[in-house]
Amino acid sequence: MFWEVIEAFRKAVELIVSFDSTVIEITLRSIFLSGTATLLSALWSLPLGIMIGMKEFLGKSLVKSVFNALLGVPTVALGLILYLILSKHGPLGFLSWLYSPLAIMLGQAILISPILISFVASAVEAVDPQVIDLAKTLGASETEASVAVLRESREPVFLAIVAGFNRAIAELGIALMLGGNIVGWTRVLTTTIALETGRGNLALAIALSTILLLIVFSVSILINLIERRRR
Amino acid sequence: MGRFGVLGKIFTLVAAVAIVSVGGTAYYMQVLSSNRLIISTTTSLFDTGVLDKIERHFEDTHSIDLNFLSVGTGLAIKFAERGDVDMILVHAPTKEFAFLEGGYGLCRKIVAYNFFTIVGPEADPAEIADVSPEEALTRIANAGRSGETTWVSRGDDSGTHIKEKGLWNNAGFDLTTLQGESWYIEAGAGMGETLLITEEHSAYTLADMGTYLKYFNDNLITLRSLVTQGQPLLNVYSAIAVNRTLHSNANFDGAIAFIKFLVSEEGQQVINDYGQDLYGQGLFFPAARLLEENTNSTLAQWIQEFAFLNGCECPPEYQNGQFQLYS
Repeated sequence: MFWEVIEAFRKAVELIVSFDSTVIEITLRSIFLSGTATLLSALWSLPLGIMIGMKEFLGKSLVKSVFNALLGVPTVALGLILYLILSKHGPLGFLSWLYSPLAIMLGQAILISPILISFVASAVEAVDPQVIDLAKTLGASETEASVAVLRESREPVFLAIVAGFNRAIAELGIALMLGGNIVGWTRVLTTTIALETGRGNLALAIALSTILLLIVFSVSILINLIERRRR
Repeated sequence: MGRFGVLGKIFTLVAAVAIVSVGGTAYYMQVLSSNRLIISTTTSLFDTGVLDKIERHFEDTHSIDLNFLSVGTGLAIKFAERGDVDMILVHAPTKEFAFLEGGYGLCRKIVAYNFFTIVGPEADPAEIADVSPEEALTRIANAGRSGETTWVSRGDDSGTHIKEKGLWNNAGFDLTTLQGESWYIEAGAGMGETLLITEEHSAYTLADMGTYLKYFNDNLITLRSLVTQGQPLLNVYSAIAVNRTLHSNANFDGAIAFIKFLVSEEGQQVINDYGQDLYGQGLFFPAARLLEENTNSTLAQWIQEFAFLNGCECPPEYQNGQFQLYS
């Protein structure tokens, strides 16, 4: 077994440096699906986060604590709920989205929404309230005022988006349950790593794990750099 | 500059990219979906890699894109009952009969067979080499109860798990009792993973010959195949199309085309040859001709006794007029 592992590592390095087509394809698909999921989530999470951060309303702290609690939602639980919804007999079964890339995008977008909403709301709250007042004194509408707030908090908002992407690309439950790990279709980094290890294809699993770690680490380093610049 | 400045533009750009990506994927799916055939299948067929090879041969001559979901027989059948897949490729005859009788499936064809094997550590603490399956399980249970060994059950409602439960019953054990005993572990995992767990624990388990040989020859496990003989260990794989009158979205024509390919000369040859070069023996044996020519060999008879419903592989009421499949 020991030599098999060494050999697998050697093959894994070979797969990466030779730009093996399977490895490239799976990596690009992962980045594309999770990237789109992140953008999709930003479409509803940013406005929602800004609204929660800026407005004072009844039950605001309750809403915020709900989103905070959802930060750690288990991916398999969300995967199961979406499976039941997207399955042929579920309410959205007519779309035939189950076991397709769209299902993964949708699932991951929902998964990271609490991250984006919570982070954005906190960032917006931290903005000096005078910015809003000043903007309004200068005749800004409600929407224009929120743009001014967003400009003040653009770095934490960017961090939130990047953190969301990291969570999306590294999760397994949704990709496996809604995507099904279908070759050339819904096979992404995490599902391939999980299933190829079970099939004994260690070289491919190691190669893909290395790439996934590289992506996640680079993104984390990027986050650190931005945070350092802010200080 | 617009009223919302640069950020407004960025947001518009994000929205545009997101919409184009989702729309593009949806369009791509639409183009492909007419030719997509989703097949839920057992982990044993998937883990051995035989499906990859069949897929390559099939897609060379057909414009149908095969999508395999590797989940185990129990789950594979559930997916099909819900209409989430177009076809199943499984190995648990009793469950298949219930599937047909429930009106969920049509056009069952037996495509291949091989044998299960009881595998264990080389030292064989329970001394089961070459005894009958029932005797082997009795010895493993005795050794387990005296703390000398462990049994790893698939525990995932797969075809292999169903076979395993049947073998324990035949040997006179009650499963609920077994599940409460410390030497009986349930893995809840696919065949490959269960073999790896068994290897780690130097335990015993039931495996299909195909997956066992692949893992053994790839040096992933050192477990020995200890009990391989006898009708009780027969393993029969069948293909069934999902009934399109029940699930109108099912790609029935695609499923029939693939079933025809599986039992064709070419398909059966691919099944027969798979693994010959790597393992010195085939992992699966083609079943179509054996049954068609009805040579009264012991094997054909075993398959008929084990995997036939009302005296044939698919009773006429479930043949859906596809007579050429059964002539």
